[in-house]
Amino acid sequence: MTSQTELSATATKAPPVASRSPARRLVREFFSSRSATLGIFLLACLIVLALVGPLLVPQDPYDLMQLDLLDGQLPPGAQSAAGGYTYWAGTDDQGRDMLSAIIYGLRTSLAVGVGSALIAASLGTAIGIFAAYRGGRAEALIMRLIDLQLSFPTILVALMILAVLGRGVANVVLALVIVEWATYARVARGVAMVERRKEYIEAAECLAIPRRRILFNHLLPNCLPPLVVIATVQAGRAISLEATLSFLGLGVPITEPSLGLLIANGYQYLLSGQYWISFYPGLMLLVIIVAINLVGDQLRDIINVRRQK
Amino acid sequence: MTAWLVHRIMQSLLVVIAMTAIVFVAVNVIGDPVAILISPDANQAERDRIIVQFGLDQPLWRQYLSFVGGAVRGDFGNSFVYGMPALQVIFQRMPATLELALGTLVVSVAFGIPLGLYTGMQPNSFLSKLTLSASILGFSVPVFWLGLILIMFFSVYLGWFPAGGRGETVRVFGVGLSFLTLDGLRHLTLPVLTLAIFKISLVLRMVRAGVRDVVPQEYVKFARAKGLSKQRILFVHILKNIMIPVVTIVGLEFGSLIAFSVVTESIFAWPGMGKLIIDSINVLDRPMIVAYLMIIVFLFVAINLVVDILYTLLDPRARLTGP
Repeated sequence: MTSQTELSATATKAPPVASRSPARRLVREFFSSRSATLGIFLLACLIVLALVGPLLVPQDPYDLMQLDLLDGQLPPGAQSAAGGYTYWAGTDDQGRDMLSAIIYGLRTSLAVGVGSALIAASLGTAIGIFAAYRGGRAEALIMRLIDLQLSFPTILVALMILAVLGRGVANVVLALVIVEWATYARVARGVAMVERRKEYIEAAECLAIPRRRILFNHLLPNCLPPLVVIATVQAGRAISLEATLSFLGLGVPITEPSLGLLIANGYQYLLSGQYWISFYPGLMLLVIIVAINLVGDQLRDIINVRRQK
Repeated sequence: MTAWLVHRIMQSLLVVIAMTAIVFVAVNVIGDPVAILISPDANQAERDRIIVQFGLDQPLWRQYLSFVGGAVRGDFGNSFVYGMPALQVIFQRMPATLELALGTLVVSVAFGIPLGLYTGMQPNSFLSKLTLSASILGFSVPVFWLGLILIMFFSVYLGWFPAGGRGETVRVFGVGLSFLTLDGLRHLTLPVLTLAIFKISLVLRMVRAGVRDVVPQEYVKFARAKGLSKQRILFVHILKNIMIPVVTIVGLEFGSLIAFSVVTESIFAWPGMGKLIIDSINVLDRPMIVAYLMIIVFLFVAINLVVDILYTLLDPRARLTGP
């Protein structure tokens, strides 16, 4: 009798959870955290800003015709000499509107960070899953390589690659991909090791489905969730690393400044109290990375990377 | 244990050898050393003389062997800029970097562990939540920008701490140290704070996660049931068990501190290895770059080895699984 009431109690509780699709449950869980909701909202705003930003800002900061040297080093809130608009974030030494420069810098930073994360994720995942599926000597070799790579700090490896290659957007992306692939490969291999022992892979193998289809259509989709978490966190790191490299003068060229380069340009004026040239680009950088980390933290909690391993 | 140690040391040596090859190829094959060594208007005879002098006419494997031969004797050639052996220049700068890294490590452990224990034991208190939110910020803020902001606020606005340099040093065993003088400590404060914010957040989160894992376990319940004091449970039973991952991370982070000194030293004009390598890259001081890279490789392989050995000493389970 008691067991029956317990059963009916669990039965009445269970259906709402069971009837919902896993995707909808994840979305619900994700938005249950206020900070994660804030994070994804900020991120969405930043991406929209990066896409349509050039249409909104008052000047193209890299069109020298639009710059007025008389407006150089104005504090935030100052009016332009020719009249017309207000410099809400001040101007740099060449009279460039910092707000416009920041929005252009945001585009470069996001493009380089997210682009390199995507390339590194695809490459690393492919290598990791291949290693797990193939096993044997190939796997041992790949794992050694990953260990070797991860035992050196990313910033130094990237620094050295750029010291050899020289600065440039493509070179920065290449350097970021080279330092990042190993993290993805390690996680992908860990997840794939667990997945490949499961029955559905065995079933697929018994059906003599071609190996490529097993890898891409069966194994890969089931390995994705933890990789999405890693990719989120790594994209934030990539953006931060790119900014650091550009700050050190080894990153993007002066013609395509990212937020890091803007900060570097303002560095020399900082000691004389003109804080805004470095401060606001850095604030933008901080908002991007905080937003990504808030989203990444919540994704990690709901997907639970550790349990999946 | 001995077999494991031998195996592990062999492995480390292999890594060092592999890295010398990579560094050699990267620095000597990509790019043209002759273009840097000789002025563009030198005549052909002069070019040939230099090429022979530096052994650039030899096949690649022979060049590599002579490079390794020099490296074993600690000879990486003379720095183009300083005109003395590159290794010597680096060793002169190394204490400054190590001082910065060790200072940061001490500060991060001194703040990170107590904060982590507190947030782990009292997960629902307001202070814990505030600390955790602050740690997300600490994780996210780019180190170089944080350095600039600290300079802006504490040096330019308040005038409390100097914006750069090392200050007065005291020579101990022929090595200049800043932290023994008041002036040196004032110079040390901002760079250490810049590096420590991230590390405190990291240690805090590690310790907190460890506490949350350990507290529900049987042996803690048992210790509580035995009537042991809260302090004893916390500091002996809990802390001892979470120290394993913390020691590993702190050890590995020491390496990353040396790496990130590249950034902090550039901002605070701290005369260490990090600033040296950035300057050397900017003027393409090739022997310096090679020497620095080899030192870094050696340092990191050594750190990884020490961390692994510490790990086996701290955790008996790791000994059983072997290599």
